[in-house]
Amino acid sequence: MNTGTQTGKLPVERRGGFSRKFSGIIEPYLYVSPALVLIIAVMLMPLILGLSYAFRDIRILNPFSGGFVGTAHFEALISDQAFLDALANTAWWTFGSLLFQFGLGLVLALLLNRQFLGRRLVQALVFLPWAVPTFLSGLNWAWMFNPVVGPLPHWMTSLGLMAEPFNILSDPDLAMWGPIIANIWFGIPFFAITLLAALQSIPKELYEAASIDGATTRQQFISITLPFLAPTIAITLMLRTIWIANFADLIVVMTNGGPADSTQIVASYIFTQAFRRLDFGYASAIAAVLLVLLLAYALSVIALRRAMTHTDS
Amino acid sequence: MASIQIENARKSYGAVDVLHGIDLNISDGEFIVLVGPSGCGKSTLLRMIAGLEDITSGAISIAGTVVNELQPKDRDIAMVFQSYALYPHMSVAENMSYALALRKTAKEKISDAISGVAEILGLTALLDRRPKALSGGQRQRVAMGRAIVRKPQAFLFDEPLSNLDARLREQMRTEIRKLHRRLGATSVYVTHDQIEAMTMADRIVAMHDGIIQQVGSPVEIYDRPANIFVASFIGSPAMNFLEGSYEIADATTAGIRLSDGALISVLPVADAKPGQAITLGARPEHISIVADAQSGGLPAKVELIEPMGLSTLVHVTLAGKPIKIFTMDRPDYPVDSFIHIAFDMAKIHVFDTASEKRLPPANAAGILT
Amino acid sequence: MTLTGQTSTRKLLYWGSHYLMIAAFVIFALFPLYWLLKVSVTPNDILYTEGVRLWPSRTSWENYAFVLTQSNFPHYFLNSVIVSGTTALVTTLIAALTGYAFSRFAFRGKVIIVALMLITQMFPLVMLIAPIFKILAPLGLTDSLTGLIIVYTAFNVPFATFLMQSFFDGIPKDLEEAAMIDGNTRFEAFRAIILPLTLPGVAATLGFVFTAAWSELLFALMLVSSESASTFPVGLLSFVSKFSVDFGQMMAAGVLALVPACLFFLLIQRYLVQGLTAGAVKG
Repeated sequence: MNTGTQTGKLPVERRGGFSRKFSGIIEPYLYVSPALVLIIAVMLMPLILGLSYAFRDIRILNPFSGGFVGTAHFEALISDQAFLDALANTAWWTFGSLLFQFGLGLVLALLLNRQFLGRRLVQALVFLPWAVPTFLSGLNWAWMFNPVVGPLPHWMTSLGLMAEPFNILSDPDLAMWGPIIANIWFGIPFFAITLLAALQSIPKELYEAASIDGATTRQQFISITLPFLAPTIAITLMLRTIWIANFADLIVVMTNGGPADSTQIVASYIFTQAFRRLDFGYASAIAAVLLVLLLAYALSVIALRRAMTHTDS
Repeated sequence: MASIQIENARKSYGAVDVLHGIDLNISDGEFIVLVGPSGCGKSTLLRMIAGLEDITSGAISIAGTVVNELQPKDRDIAMVFQSYALYPHMSVAENMSYALALRKTAKEKISDAISGVAEILGLTALLDRRPKALSGGQRQRVAMGRAIVRKPQAFLFDEPLSNLDARLREQMRTEIRKLHRRLGATSVYVTHDQIEAMTMADRIVAMHDGIIQQVGSPVEIYDRPANIFVASFIGSPAMNFLEGSYEIADATTAGIRLSDGALISVLPVADAKPGQAITLGARPEHISIVADAQSGGLPAKVELIEPMGLSTLVHVTLAGKPIKIFTMDRPDYPVDSFIHIAFDMAKIHVFDTASEKRLPPANAAGILT
Repeated sequence: MTLTGQTSTRKLLYWGSHYLMIAAFVIFALFPLYWLLKVSVTPNDILYTEGVRLWPSRTSWENYAFVLTQSNFPHYFLNSVIVSGTTALVTTLIAALTGYAFSRFAFRGKVIIVALMLITQMFPLVMLIAPIFKILAPLGLTDSLTGLIIVYTAFNVPFATFLMQSFFDGIPKDLEEAAMIDGNTRFEAFRAIILPLTLPGVAATLGFVFTAAWSELLFALMLVSSESASTFPVGLLSFVSKFSVDFGQMMAAGVLALVPACLFFLLIQRYLVQGLTAGAVKG
């Protein structure tokens, strides 16, 4: 039976084309390859090329540019006050938006996790802002903040928040609130959708068991809901922080970084350097720094999470 | 129909060995049950026969053809899954005809085959339904039907009854047995339920830790378990075990001395020396309750009386070990009272404690010399 | 008696505040869209005089008429439909393949590929514009819809892949194993059995990618220079820059552009939650 039979049956194996083991090994790569080729060609290669610009003098309108400048851009960055201000603004913009997006998104998800009349319609409507093109919502919110054509300043005056209707977008101290509010409006659905999905995957028996054990609604929320949501919350908060820090569209459309650079974040500063000043070398250096900062942030969050789950177990 | 040969088949995931060299010959038309606790490798072996898992080394052949390198679709086998794995977006008829349609079988032939099989399984009225609209038992039948229509070389069953309730499971057991007799198809059936193994198998393959422990007919396995694992796994309520040391009384009688000094008589066994550590195994039905010590009984303390309808199970402790006794009487001993129990000398199993292997009884002549 | 009385008051209070909060969210979500609509139907001469009124004293469709008949907008709109539609189809196809591999296979390099995809979600896309331009220009793919489709597809594949993976994770492996035993190769089983079962997931992914591509402005602006290849976000900006800013017409164009994205999103948002739930159950 041993070798005798096996050699006797060899033709059968050949008929099947290439060997089963071999096809088993390459099969997953066949599925993955289109995505991989595309990502390498359109994202990874440009990224590397872009990082190389950070060490070169690339100015579109200057025919003599293109030379290697070493770390000159990075040295210039350290003393660039506009960049340092943009860093601080980025933190403010990111965490200001994130806090409200997450908090309100969680409340919305909890509200939608209950069965009530018209729930499906409500869900469709409150998720709608996510589908609105960002620049369009930027334009629209800028319009609404304008006291001549928008209702918001008048409402705030009636509420006593303002002495008289004025455009907060033109007040350096308040301007950042404009894009942040637009961003909150745009971003709540993301958190609501992911958190609602996580809420719906919590087994109902857990709540039944807890209420039999005598847990109040609040205790159930703390001992069941939050622990179950924690992984989703951690990952969405991290991804969203990075995404918002990179998200310049609303600021570019609504304030263009002004007034007096008060709403300039790093991402919009890169945009300004690259497409207003056409200094791609310097813009790439800023982008490289931003990328490194965000990577460091992501890695430290992951490390922190790992440390916390380790001490738990 | 076909025979299946498995030769020194091994499976490892990286450094972890799941199957350590399995040898098994399944003859044409045989109903083989692979039984063992979860993680023993029985499902892996079945999936290797099906072609769903690669064979790390060794060979599996179906009808004399080595199938190691063949895709599942080229092995001409059918499988019934624990979850049934019915295609949710297809009707019962479509589910059953899927394999035939892939083989480009003529339309009339397919519908003939399906109506024939549906008739056998009582599915005729359900052919247009979707799996979602069926009960658990009906889904199970459709999964069976899907396998049967194909007239494959062999049927593979992966715990097909474990999602059914007890009554339905009992009914399907006999039905699958009848079907097998009718179709005479080579079948490999995986289960962790020893009752399914006992009632359905032509031969049982008892597995543990990736090794075949024993192959044999249900009666053989029940009456002459090869080792402590098989003895404890097969049979419900399970076999009782007591540890002691071997003593020889005379040519026809030996004994096992328990830790508390009591002696249980057994037939002499070959290959055992006096003083050797022995594990004694006695099935609950081979222990009887006797009047007193004079009739050869050992005193045991009653812990629990468990009525099972047909019979009663009496739980006692002997030499500090729990013992279960099966009786057709209706005893009403008070808990904590003492009764006397006697072991059926001819039916006691003797195992070597160190190797856990069965020590078969020697004939009288063997002892004399 | 008092006990039930108390609980029913509490219940009333609970549901009262529940609906109140729901109403607040709905108003917050819809008011800006309402304002967009309001401006778009306000005649130009009263746009500023009645700027802060909740509804203008007169409405007119003249902005819509102008946008549809006198501007390039229908052309931009068509370009956007082509770009977003193709991007959605191609991305979903690629993401389905990759998501399936992630869900079903353990293979060497998987972790690296997943990490690579996560990192692509991290960098400032702004810095890619110039390099991408440089790579696409010699291939004749700048100033072309094809170039935009390729770029958008690459940008959307990572997230779409994770989305599709979570849908596949929700489908038992037994199904394609049964199909493989019935006579399918793995790929055939994927196509004939698994894909039809993930249609909600496919719809969600299509809709998600479509809206993302539909909204994209930056790359559309930088990679395309001619009118003929402009998408509608770029065209919308031209209302701001070319003429004196005509807000009424711009808002009308905006409302028109919003319609397909919102319709698409309304259809798929349910599946989006479902898909994420299926994945969450497994993970």
